[in-house]
Amino acid sequence: MKFAIQINSAPWESQGGDTAYQFSRAALKLGHEIVRIFFYYEGAYHGLRWMAPPDDEKPLLQRWSALAAEQGVDLVICISAAHRRGLLEQTEATRMGKLDNDLAAGFRIAGLGLWVDACLKADRFLVFGA
Amino acid sequence: MGILHLVNRSPRESLALIQCLERVGGGDAVLLLESGVYATLKSALLAPRLAESMRTVTVYALAADLAARGIGPEEILAGVKLVDYEGFVNLSILHTPILSWN
Amino acid sequence: MKNFLFVMRDPPYQGSSIRESLDMMMTVAAFDQSVKVLFLDDGVFLLKPGQCPHNSSLRPTAPLFAALEMYDVEGLWAEQESLTERGLDSSELIVPVRSLRRTEIAFFLATADIVVSC
Repeated sequence: MKFAIQINSAPWESQGGDTAYQFSRAALKLGHEIVRIFFYYEGAYHGLRWMAPPDDEKPLLQRWSALAAEQGVDLVICISAAHRRGLLEQTEATRMGKLDNDLAAGFRIAGLGLWVDACLKADRFLVFGA
Repeated sequence: MGILHLVNRSPRESLALIQCLERVGGGDAVLLLESGVYATLKSALLAPRLAESMRTVTVYALAADLAARGIGPEEILAGVKLVDYEGFVNLSILHTPILSWN
Repeated sequence: MKNFLFVMRDPPYQGSSIRESLDMMMTVAAFDQSVKVLFLDDGVFLLKPGQCPHNSSLRPTAPLFAALEMYDVEGLWAEQESLTERGLDSSELIVPVRSLRRTEIAFFLATADIVVSC
C-alpha cells in the first residue's frame, strides 16, 4: 500500500508529529511505501533547522532527517506555509534578500501541487496533528 | 469496510469524540490515540456513550499512548481493542477513507 | 479522478488559517479532481452572514468562500443540525450550501477517497 501523510501541528504543539513518525516507521517496516510526508499549517516548523531544544530532545528533531536519509522518504514543507511562518530555503532566502537557509537536512520546500500529487498516487491519506 | 475515524483529544478537553460518535456509520472503526485514549477509562465522561457505540462501530485505542499516560488494562472499558502502530497501519488499510477529528 | 472532501469544524479566526485551507481546495480543483466541502459543528460559523472583522489582522472569510465558486469546487454542504444548533438558516449564509441531515453524514463521508480535516 502507498501512503500520503499530512502533518498539521508543530513539534511541541501536539503529539501529531510524533504519531506520524511512528506510523511511518511502522508502515515501512511492514513493507509499505510512504509516497510523501507533507507538512502544512504549523507542521512547517518540523523542518526548521535552527531549533535548539535540550540535548536529550534533539534526537526527536533529527529523526525526520534520518527517515529521509535511510528510507528515502520525501519530506515536503509547503512553500506558502513556510513563507507565512518565516521558514525559508536557500534559493528562496537569497531571492527574497534574506540570508538564512532554515531547512533541516532531508526536507525540501515545494507547492501544494506535490501534496495533490501524493494524494493521487497514494492508496491511503492520513492527517496528523490538531 | 467502513471509515476509520481518528480521535486525538480527551472528552473533557474537546467535543471531538462526541461529535465523531454522532456521525459514525455501521462498520466504521474509531481509533483513540494521543489524548483521545483518556476516553477509554471506565470512569471517563463518555464511557457509557462509547460503550453504546460499540454496537455499531469497533473502538480501538493505541497501546503506546495508553502506556505513556499510565492507563493500565484494568482501567479500560470492556470491548476496546488495543493496537500498536503496526495495527494502526493495518486499520488504515482495512478502512477508507480516514478522517481525523481534532 | 479522486473524490476529495474537506471537513471544516473550526469557527473563523481560530485554529488553522482558513486561507490555507482554501488554498488546498483550489489546488485540488485546479488538478481537475472532485472537491466537496462539508461544514460541521462550529465550522458552520464560517458561513454566518454579517461578519465584520474589526481589525486588519482578522481577514474576512466571505470573499475567500466566494472565490471558491470560480474554481469549480463542486459543492458546499453543511449539516442541518449544526446550523440549527447555532441559530443559522441554510438559506441565509454567505454562500449557497446544500444541507445534509446528521443521519446522512456517514454515507456522505464514505463517498470520499480523501478526507482532509481543515
